[in-house]
Amino acid sequence: MKLAYYPGCTLKTKAQNLDRSAMAALEALGVEALELPRWNCCGAVFSLADDDLIHHLAPVRNLIRTMESGCDTLVTLCSQCYNTLARANLLMREDAEKRDTINRFMTEEPDYAGEIEVQHYLSFLRDSVGWEKLRAAVEVPLEGLKVAPFYGCTLLRPNEVAIDGGPSPRLFDEFLAALGAEPTRFSAATECCGSYQCLIHADAESERAAEVLASAERAAADALALSCPLCEYNLGTRQGAVLEGREGLAPLPTYYFSQLLALALGLDPELCRFDLNQPPALQLVQERDFVSSS
Amino acid sequence: MGTSDNGKSTAAIEMIPVFVMGKRYEVPAELTIMKAMEFAGYQYIRGCGCRGGICGACATVYRKAGDYRIYTGLACQTVIEPDMYLTQIPFYPANRAGYDYAAVAAEPETIFQLYPELFRCVACNACTKVCPMDVQVMDYIAELKRGDIEKAAETSFDCIQCGLCASRCMGELAQYHIAQLARRLAGGKLAPRAEHLAKMVESIESGAFEGMLEELKTMDAEKLRALYVEREMEPHMTGEDWRPAETVGLAT
Repeated sequence: MKLAYYPGCTLKTKAQNLDRSAMAALEALGVEALELPRWNCCGAVFSLADDDLIHHLAPVRNLIRTMESGCDTLVTLCSQCYNTLARANLLMREDAEKRDTINRFMTEEPDYAGEIEVQHYLSFLRDSVGWEKLRAAVEVPLEGLKVAPFYGCTLLRPNEVAIDGGPSPRLFDEFLAALGAEPTRFSAATECCGSYQCLIHADAESERAAEVLASAERAAADALALSCPLCEYNLGTRQGAVLEGREGLAPLPTYYFSQLLALALGLDPELCRFDLNQPPALQLVQERDFVSSS
Repeated sequence: MGTSDNGKSTAAIEMIPVFVMGKRYEVPAELTIMKAMEFAGYQYIRGCGCRGGICGACATVYRKAGDYRIYTGLACQTVIEPDMYLTQIPFYPANRAGYDYAAVAAEPETIFQLYPELFRCVACNACTKVCPMDVQVMDYIAELKRGDIEKAAETSFDCIQCGLCASRCMGELAQYHIAQLARRLAGGKLAPRAEHLAKMVESIESGAFEGMLEELKTMDAEKLRALYVEREMEPHMTGEDWRPAETVGLAT
C-alpha cells in the first residue's frame, strides 16, 4: 500500500491544529505518507442533486491526483473532506453512466473509475496500524481523562461511507481507549453539531450545539474529541456564544482527535497548536500533566 | 489577387480563408492573427499592445472547422489556420477590489475578504484550459482557497492578465485580479528583503558614484562614445553565474 495524504483547505488555515499533529503522529508510528503536492478543495459538500455532476469534479480530481502520485490509498482527516471524497469515489466506481460523463468532461485528466481507496485517518489507524501497536507506542497515557468522542454526521452517514457501521459506532471510542483515555459514551455522539446553520440561523445552530455540550456534560466528560473543523467551529470556537444565557452549562474543552494522539505519543506539544483551540483546552491537558515539558 | 500595402504582388503567396467575427476573409497564410486582421482591413485601437506576446492585450478566441473545442491565443503570437473562426476579446468585465496596500496584511483572510467569490470555484478547470500562457489557473485558485499566498504567486507568475480565465469561469471569478493581489502580497510582504539592495542604496547615498558621474559629465564626447560602445555587456547566452569583470561601486 502506498499512502497519500489529502489535507484539505481548512487544515492549512484555521485548523492547522488538526493537520500538523496528525502528520507528526503518522511519522512517529512509522507510517510513510505522501502529502499530495497538487490538490484542490474537496468540494466541501457532496452534491445530492441527481443531475448535478459539476460539483463532483473537485473531489474526483483529487482522486486522480492520488492516482497520478503513484499511491493507492488516500487518507484524510477532516470529516467533511472524507465524506465528500469517499462518496465521489463510490460514485465513480458504481455509476457507469455518470463516471463516463465526468471522465468525458475532464478531457485534460486521465480516466478514473474508483481505483483509489479513500480512508479516514481513524479507520486507517484501526485497519493498517492496529490498536495494539498504537497502545504500545503511547508514551503519555491520557489516564483519567474522560473524553466524549463526537462522531457528528459525516463520519457515519450515509452508511456506505461510515467509518464504523451500526447505530452504535465504537471506532472513535476504541481509539481514545488505545491512548489511555477514558472514552465517555454520550447520547449526542452521533448528532449534528448544527453544521452550516451557524451562517444563517445562528440561534438554531446554538440550540444544536448546546444539546451536544449538555449531553457530554451529563455523561461527566472532561472534554470533547472532534474530527471536523466545522464541528470545532460550532462546539469550540462558538462555545462562548452557545453558553451565553444557558444556565447550568459549563465550558467544555474541545480537541481534535489528532491533538490527543500527538500528546499521548509524547510528541512536541508545539505540533498540537493549542493556540488555535479555545483556552480551556490547553489548560486541561496542562493540569493533568499530559503536556511533555520539552 | 491584389497588391499589398508595400506594393509587392501577393500572387505568389498562398491565401487562406479565415472568419473574423463570422465574416470570411482571404488572407495570406503564415500571418499572425493580428496581421491577418489588419490585412483584412481592421484597425486596432484596443486589443493590441506590445505585439511581442507579453502585454496580454490581444487575447483571441477561436475554433477550428470540425472541432468542438475552444482555442485561445494571443493574436500577435498565433499563426492563422485555414477556416479558423475567431474573435478578439480585448477586455472582459472583471472587477478589481480596492485596498490600501500598506494597511492590508499578507494573510489568507485579506484575500478571502476582498474576493469572497474565490470559494465559488468548483474545479471545472475551464480557466486553465483557456489560458494562452498555460498557467495552471485552477491550481492557483485552489492554493489561494487554502491560504497559500506564496505558492499561488509562483503558480500564477506567467499570467499576462488577458482576462480569458474570467471569461470562462462558471463561478464568475476574476481569477487574474486575485492572483495579482497574491503576487503583490507575496512580493512586497512575504518574500525576504534583498540585503544587497540596502547595501547598494547605502553605497549610493555615501557618494561612491559621485566622482565617476562628475568625470562622465565633463568627458569629451568622442571619449564618452567610445566608452559606451566598448562597455562590457552580458553575453546573449550565458549561465546564471555570469558576473561583469568590472564591479566598481557595486556592493557584492
